[in-house]
Amino acid sequence: MKKPVLKQIDGNSINYWMLLALLGSFVLAAVGAHFYMEHGGHYVTGMNNQIVWGLPHVFAVFLIVAASGALNVASIASVFGKTAYKPLAPLSTLVAIALLSGGLMVLVLDLGRPDRLIVAMTIYNFKSIFAWNMIFYNGFFLIVGIYAWTMLQRNLNKYSRIAGFSAFIWRLALTTGTGSIFGFLVARQAYDAAIMGPMFVVMSFSFGLAIFLLILLATYKWTDRPLGDATFIRLKNLLGVFVAGVLYFVVAQHLTNLYATEHHGVEAFILRDGGIYTQLFWYGQIIMGGLIPLALIYHPTTGKSRTAISIASLLIVLGGMIQMYVIIIGGQAYPLELFPGKEVTSSFFDGVVNSYNPTFAEGILGVGGFAVALFMVAFAVKVLNFLPESLADEAVDPHHSK
Amino acid sequence: MSPKHSDKNTNEYRRKFLAQSAAVAGLAIAPGIVLNQVAHAKADADKVTGSTRWGMLIDTNKCSKGCTDCVTACSDENGWGGTNSSETHSSKEQQAQWIRKVTITDKQTGHVQSLPLMCQHCETAPCVDVCPTGASMKRKDGIVLVDKHICIGCRYCMMACPYKARSFIHEKLELQKNNAPRGIGTVESCTMCTHRVDKGNDPACVEACSKAEHGAMIFGDLKDANSAISIELKKHGGEQIRADLGLNTGVRYQGL
Repeated sequence: MKKPVLKQIDGNSINYWMLLALLGSFVLAAVGAHFYMEHGGHYVTGMNNQIVWGLPHVFAVFLIVAASGALNVASIASVFGKTAYKPLAPLSTLVAIALLSGGLMVLVLDLGRPDRLIVAMTIYNFKSIFAWNMIFYNGFFLIVGIYAWTMLQRNLNKYSRIAGFSAFIWRLALTTGTGSIFGFLVARQAYDAAIMGPMFVVMSFSFGLAIFLLILLATYKWTDRPLGDATFIRLKNLLGVFVAGVLYFVVAQHLTNLYATEHHGVEAFILRDGGIYTQLFWYGQIIMGGLIPLALIYHPTTGKSRTAISIASLLIVLGGMIQMYVIIIGGQAYPLELFPGKEVTSSFFDGVVNSYNPTFAEGILGVGGFAVALFMVAFAVKVLNFLPESLADEAVDPHHSK
Repeated sequence: MSPKHSDKNTNEYRRKFLAQSAAVAGLAIAPGIVLNQVAHAKADADKVTGSTRWGMLIDTNKCSKGCTDCVTACSDENGWGGTNSSETHSSKEQQAQWIRKVTITDKQTGHVQSLPLMCQHCETAPCVDVCPTGASMKRKDGIVLVDKHICIGCRYCMMACPYKARSFIHEKLELQKNNAPRGIGTVESCTMCTHRVDKGNDPACVEACSKAEHGAMIFGDLKDANSAISIELKKHGGEQIRADLGLNTGVRYQGL
């Protein structure tokens, strides 16, 4: 097979600059939202002492999880030696770094004291999974950055396999760590489950690849570069497997909980009685984010249509965000089980389903995370050689060139 | 000018220079010495040792249903809730509550109980475990606190606490008490009135409960076999809320 030629995009069109301007304005709006929230305090948000993590965390955790998943394509190329994925590996690393940057920006800007970030970077409590994650996140930038470098600089190519392998192990640890933020919470009925770590890994595969596929399809369409069916069909089939994988983990999680009487309350809340959370779970997460994309991906007609697969990918992203919302917000909305078998009331909202009304500022901050990620990708493909000039079938399929 | 005269001048100049240098150096070092002394001053907190474990025993049978004296006393002592009129922007859900009265009704029997709930000062506190910076910490004597200087406001401790004992400060607050600084964007909770305990007094809530002649709260050293709390616990026992979590709480309840 010929070595793929990586070439930066021209990026001279008005549309390109308009895209950068649009993304840039979303980033600025997010920074504005941050100052608005930090100026007087978090009272301007919908978050409170019951729902302590809100919409910004939904966006942040989604982006961080998706970042790890966006590295899939590179991992498949380097770790599992699938040559067809090799031309896409540099872009995969770029999207991974960009999504993590966006996610972390949102997470940091929502802190009560973001000015003390240096404290979080220098003082570690090693029993805290949060502290581990700081190391995982910073290490991810370093390792994936080195990995990208070994692929982009020709005389370092020989190191790309070992760098790719390190990045693969690191990303698995990172996503397990992110899932464990919830898995390690013994206090809350909706969390405290070992399945959270592995489930987040599979969620990352699905969300990350969906975003990667959307970026790939858009970029190749907008730059008029050839993208053959060989690459496209491979990626969308893989996406289908990942979506099914997420559904499998969700079924396993809820079935396990349904078996144990102590979890019946929280399961009834999410699956049946939780109002908005129940609706989001069934209509948003399962049907819109799981079943419809699966049908679009595997249906003989829609499975070949790039428009249909783009819609499927978009639905997976939206369904993934909703899944995060149900996990993070729904999990907190369900009251703490302080006195099993007893009804509890107090002035501090004990025993009641907690309410949360996200504000516009929180949403803008979260969307800003996406904007940062997409801005980074759009800018980087113009200044560095991340994108293969051609992904036409004969350029990527070994059987065409052999 | 003779060489001798010049020498004299030089010496005088040197003496002056040395004296002035010493004065400047002294001025420069003095604040450091003072600060060093301040830093090494024997604070009350230095008396904190692991040979003590402060705890509380609450008898729910003695706890009066309508009474909120313990809550009011804590609020007055530490400047939160009704005592602090500057917490005006925060909604009810956002306002801090260090201690609250909880009413529990048995679903089977309809038996109603009332009890105060606050930080349970766990031996293996989930909030301390999850805090990334170590701001959430436990003193040697078992009191769980937040170091306001290194709390970054991530709220992971609030997610981890099984008792919902912690509050996040959602706005800038005035009218603060010296003993309980309440910084915006950080997390806070019951301090077991360390400032009082370190001076040998009972926490404000316990004192208020005694004053109201309910005597539902006993404060003392769980490691001292002769303390009132240890004797009572040995005699009649005391339960932990969410004992299944194995946190070995410093606050125990009777009559649950």
